[in-house]
Amino acid sequence: MSSPELLDLAERVAARARDGEQVEAYVSRGRQFIVRAYEGGVESLTSAESAGIGVRVVRGGRQGFAHAGTLEPSAVDEVLADARDNLEFGEPDEWYALAEPDGVAPPDLELYDPALAAMAPERKVAAALELEQMVRSLDPRISGVRTAMWGDGRGEAAIATSTGIAVWSQGSSCYVMVQPLAAVDGETQIGFGVDVGRRPGDIDLDETARDAVARTVRLIGAKPVPSQRLTVVLDRRVAASFLSIVGGMLTGEVVLKKRSPFADRLGEQIASPLLSLVDDATNPLSVGADTHDGEGLATRANRLIDAGVLSAFLHDSYTARRSGTVSTASAVRGYSSTPSVGCLALAPSVGTLDQAGLIAQVGEGLLVQDVSGLHSGVNPVSGDFSVGADGMMIRDGALAEPVREVTIASTLQRMLLDIVAVGGDLEWLPGGDAGVSLVIGDVSLSGR
Amino acid sequence: MIEPDVLERVLAAAVRSGGEFAEVYAEDRRSTSARLDDAKIEELSSGRDRGAGIRVISGDTTGYAHTADLSEAGLLAAAAAAGAVARSGGGGARVVGLTASPPHRVGGVEVPPDTVAKSAKVALLKRADEAARASGAGIVQVSAGYGDSRRRILVANTDGLLADDEQVRTFLRVLAVAAGDAGMQTGYEVVGHTVGFELFERYQVEDVARTAAQRALTKLAARPAPSGQMPVVIRHGTGGVLFHEACGHGLEADLVGKGASVYRGRTGEQVANPLVTLVDDGTMAAEWGALGIDDEGHPSQRNVLIRDGILTDYMWDFLRSRQEGRAPSGNGRRQSYQHLPMVRMTNTFVLDGPDDPDDIIASTDHGVYVAQLGGGQVNTATGDFVFGMTEAYLIEGGRITEPLREGNLIGNGPQVLLDIDALGNDFAMGGPGTCGKDGQGVPVGDGQPTLRVASLTVGGTAT
Repeated sequence: MSSPELLDLAERVAARARDGEQVEAYVSRGRQFIVRAYEGGVESLTSAESAGIGVRVVRGGRQGFAHAGTLEPSAVDEVLADARDNLEFGEPDEWYALAEPDGVAPPDLELYDPALAAMAPERKVAAALELEQMVRSLDPRISGVRTAMWGDGRGEAAIATSTGIAVWSQGSSCYVMVQPLAAVDGETQIGFGVDVGRRPGDIDLDETARDAVARTVRLIGAKPVPSQRLTVVLDRRVAASFLSIVGGMLTGEVVLKKRSPFADRLGEQIASPLLSLVDDATNPLSVGADTHDGEGLATRANRLIDAGVLSAFLHDSYTARRSGTVSTASAVRGYSSTPSVGCLALAPSVGTLDQAGLIAQVGEGLLVQDVSGLHSGVNPVSGDFSVGADGMMIRDGALAEPVREVTIASTLQRMLLDIVAVGGDLEWLPGGDAGVSLVIGDVSLSGR
Repeated sequence: MIEPDVLERVLAAAVRSGGEFAEVYAEDRRSTSARLDDAKIEELSSGRDRGAGIRVISGDTTGYAHTADLSEAGLLAAAAAAGAVARSGGGGARVVGLTASPPHRVGGVEVPPDTVAKSAKVALLKRADEAARASGAGIVQVSAGYGDSRRRILVANTDGLLADDEQVRTFLRVLAVAAGDAGMQTGYEVVGHTVGFELFERYQVEDVARTAAQRALTKLAARPAPSGQMPVVIRHGTGGVLFHEACGHGLEADLVGKGASVYRGRTGEQVANPLVTLVDDGTMAAEWGALGIDDEGHPSQRNVLIRDGILTDYMWDFLRSRQEGRAPSGNGRRQSYQHLPMVRMTNTFVLDGPDDPDDIIASTDHGVYVAQLGGGQVNTATGDFVFGMTEAYLIEGGRITEPLREGNLIGNGPQVLLDIDALGNDFAMGGPGTCGKDGQGVPVGDGQPTLRVASLTVGGTAT
């Protein structure tokens, strides 16, 4: 099914709206290719194609939804019928309605790379094999590689509504991932390396391998350190994980539902003046970039935190209507769910120092290279967090001994205010968000 | 879903270019979910996902392709894509004859969810909302979710295996938010089993909601969790995730085989306190990780992993057991037809010990009592693992005293298994869980009696 057909299908479904009814069809289709290398051979090759449709119906202030993981005509009919039936069991809400065209022009983005689509599978296999080989050869302490993989995908989505939305977009991306193992004297450490881009040329195998190996071998001999309060330098990937949780606390949905500690803080200083936070899906550097959000509105740059001041919340059309404002085009979804509000391409402000510069400036503290237990240890309602951490002690402005089996804890509210420096080492990550190294003062470390 | 003669032709086509083994995995999943938030039913949603994944093994290489098109043409196209990995090998015509395996079912469904009116499903959520809000004036928000799914699977392979299964799961969850002078706190409770709508004969929705609400209200007065190493007592039926993370993942044969587990080469050795016997059991009817057959067509079974502290065996999937020339253990699972199977846990639990649970608390002078655990995560290479405590209290002078705010605990799996110094006689299974590995989530269960770990690091902020 080529692109016009996908939009055509969505429009045909939307056109079946009856009097007094709004109908939205979200239709998507994608292809994926994954190759995993292991010990110099191909461990697995996966090629896959998937497609699906989600239909939302609004009538009399009620909303119903159904989806199917296929575009077969009979399934499409069934989905529309199910959504209408499901609607009967929702409760009325005066704010339920589909998005309407708002006049904002979509950004001119080239998110689909024909060269990636045309790339021969043999070259992808070669990339995965080469990545594994590079990791194995870089350091004698590397004992193996748990996973070395190349993955790429392309996808397209069409959204049409009976309220006048009719959009289609497509994109592609590729990534490599590697998990080196280092073993010395019966101790094993596992590390992680990743690179992501829209074009094959965006992937730097050499840098990915070097970075992954460095992160792995430097943890050899890691031990817990005594409990203490100290300054931490969050590696940019760790910082991005925390900031994406913060972004999720700044949506109209959690604000309206009284589940955000920042709900009443608009216009107030909630973070260090060093930090700004922008969600901008019009930035092609992010793999989260898109011309439209999950309701078909043109994406735009949304500044959430401006020099530490909470400047805006993100909205989809529902939360905007209910809050008396306009959508920020922040509806996030797949075909199997109704939209929710979320970040598409969140990025922090960028400082000047690289990570080594920050470490020199900090003098004494801990570089947090990895965290674990983010899903169990961070509560986005209370803001309390406590996560497992691996990393390196910082002494006399340089990296010292490796550390593992400790936790770091604070609250997200405090952490934002305790930012004492922001790095200049911006990196766009596979989830679409970007990170920079962040220096946080006065964090509780629990250890031995 | 697919006729046997079609399966035979597709399998034959899959190995035509030289693969040694091919498998067709087909799945038809129907689901219903309902969501209440902000005091109203926001949405009732239904879905259907259906498709097949075809796997071809040639030497050490696996080819995989999946399709949502279950017609013979669609399956043949996927077979060709998956079989392409073996293109260099010497092909040839091969006849595949399938023999249906005797049905292996665990448990049974009394009230299939698709026979229950949608109105009855959303009514549960209204009752949950009312009960949670009635629990105290401090409750400012409630969200609740209901879900049921029916998953039919069919597996056929070139060894002649033909097996199918039907797995029905039903759950209800409640999240309550309480607000007080020191900010907001959350309380969560979920019930779920591999059963139908009879789940709600076993549990009263109001009880589930009140439990969630009470957790949130209790934490309003909680003080920051301590920071540092101390004894930790874990209530029965809540701490199975400790074993899931501390050693379960490390006993998965794929991780062991790649040298990414601290338990590699340690069978026959003492890896835990002799009190500990750890079992993974997919046949445990009605539990969240129960299955008749795994996603490679092999019957689920009860596997003893650690007996009296001695490591007895790992968990296996088809690929690893084939390499080792042994029988699979029924642990080959996948999230959906869009994923390759790998070694996964089912219901993982520790059997009863000798101790009275009250005595375990009374004999602890100073420590933490964990009454509800959140999720966890493990680094299988080092054995370091974390898990969250979502309801916890201080133990002072052998008594449970003040509530604590949330935090993670961190420990090292091999050390923690040895440091278990008390094991109760009050075994209970815990709630439904979703285990994530390499981007795939599968339903799992866990359980354990009340137990004490002599020393764990509590990741709080209070010194």
